[in-house]
Amino acid sequence: MTIQDLRDSRVWRSVFRGGSGATNLRRSLAIQQNVFLHLASVKARKHALEFNVTWYLGTLSFGTFLILVVTGILLMLYYHPSVPQAYADMKDLQFVVSAGVFLRNLHRWSAHTMVMLVFAHMFKVFYRGAYRKPREFNWVIGVILLIVTLLLSYTGYLLPWDQLAYWAITVGSNIMSAVPVLGQKIRFLMLGGNTVNANALLRFYVLHCVILPLAAFLLVAVHFWRIRKDGGLYTGHAGQKESK
Amino acid sequence: MPEEDKTQPTRREAFIKLGVGSVAAACAGAGVFGYSYLSPNVLYEPSPIANAGKPERYPRGSVTQDLQAGIYVIHGPEGFYALSATCTHLGCLTAWNAEQGIIACPCHGSKFSQQGAKLEGPAPRGLPWLKVWLSDEGELLVDRATVIPQKQYLRT
Repeated sequence: MTIQDLRDSRVWRSVFRGGSGATNLRRSLAIQQNVFLHLASVKARKHALEFNVTWYLGTLSFGTFLILVVTGILLMLYYHPSVPQAYADMKDLQFVVSAGVFLRNLHRWSAHTMVMLVFAHMFKVFYRGAYRKPREFNWVIGVILLIVTLLLSYTGYLLPWDQLAYWAITVGSNIMSAVPVLGQKIRFLMLGGNTVNANALLRFYVLHCVILPLAAFLLVAVHFWRIRKDGGLYTGHAGQKESK
Repeated sequence: MPEEDKTQPTRREAFIKLGVGSVAAACAGAGVFGYSYLSPNVLYEPSPIANAGKPERYPRGSVTQDLQAGIYVIHGPEGFYALSATCTHLGCLTAWNAEQGIIACPCHGSKFSQQGAKLEGPAPRGLPWLKVWLSDEGELLVDRATVIPQKQYLRT
C-alpha cells in the first residue's frame, strides 16, 4: 500500500476533503480547507521565503510562544499558586520532579528569547518599512502583541514567589500607581489588595496562565490572517520586481 | 395607505434603538458588576498597628528594624520615634547601615538620615514618621497607617 492509496482512502478523504494530487488547485485547497492553515495565504512569493527578507523572526517568536505554552502547561501540573506553597513547588520542580528543572529552565529561557525575538521582529519590520500602507493595522496588532508579551513576562515573574519576584512586583506595582488619578485603584485591582500577597499571586497566575495566553492566541491569529489580507509578506521593491 | 411620516422613527429604527440601548445598559452593568467583583471587600492583610514590645528592649541611641512590620524603632536622645522602612521611591524595604549611620535602599540607592530625611535620591521624599504610643501594658505600639509630623518624640 502506497502513501497515495492511504491519501485516497475513505477515512483520509473524510478528514482532508480537498483530495490529493500535485495540481495547484489541490495544493491550494489543502491550505484553504484547513482550519489552522487557512489563516495563511495559499501562495507565497519565493523571494519572501528567503532568510534575508524576514530572518524568520515572526515565525521564531511564534515558535518560542508554542514552547512556552507546552512547558507552561506541564509546569502547572506541579505548581500551586498559593502562599507559601508556590516557592516550595518551584524548588520541587528544580530538585525533586524528574525533568522538572529542564522544563522550568526551558520555560524561562524561552520567555527571555521570546521577548528578544519580538523586539527584533519589530525592529526588522520597522527598518524595512514593512509597517507602511496597507500594513498599518497589522503593525498596530503587533504593538499590542508586544505589550501582551511583556505582560506575560511580568506576570510570570511573580510566580516563583522568591525575594526577586516579590520585590520586582512590589516595584512594578508601585510604578503602576504613578498613573494619574486612577493609579492607586489600578494597583489595588491588579494586586487584589494593598500589598503583594496571596491575592496578587493568584491574580497574576490567572492572568499568566489563562487571560494573557488566550489574548495572545487570538491576536496572533488576526496577525497571521492580516498578512494574507494585506497582500502577503512585505518583500520590498527588489523582491516585487523579482517575483514578476 | 397612509403616507409615511418622515419625522417619526420607523418600527425598525425604534427596535434598533431599543436593542442598542439595552446592550449598552447591559455593558455598563457588567462594568460596574466586574469592578465591584474585582475589588475585594475583606482583606486578610496584617493590622497596620504593630507591637514593638517593651521600650526597655531599645537602648538609647539604637536603631532597630522590624523586618516583618517594615518599620524602624529608634531610641534617640530626645526619645522614641518610628520610621516607615518602606522606601518612598518604589516601595522596597530599606536597611539600616550602622557603619555609615544612614538608612539605605538596596533597590535604587536612595539614602536617608537616621531622622528619615532624604539624603540622596531617587526617592522623592524622606521616610515618614509613624505614630508611636504606649499601650496599657506598657508596650510600644506603632500605627503604620498614621503619618505624623517629624520631630514628635515619645518620652517614656
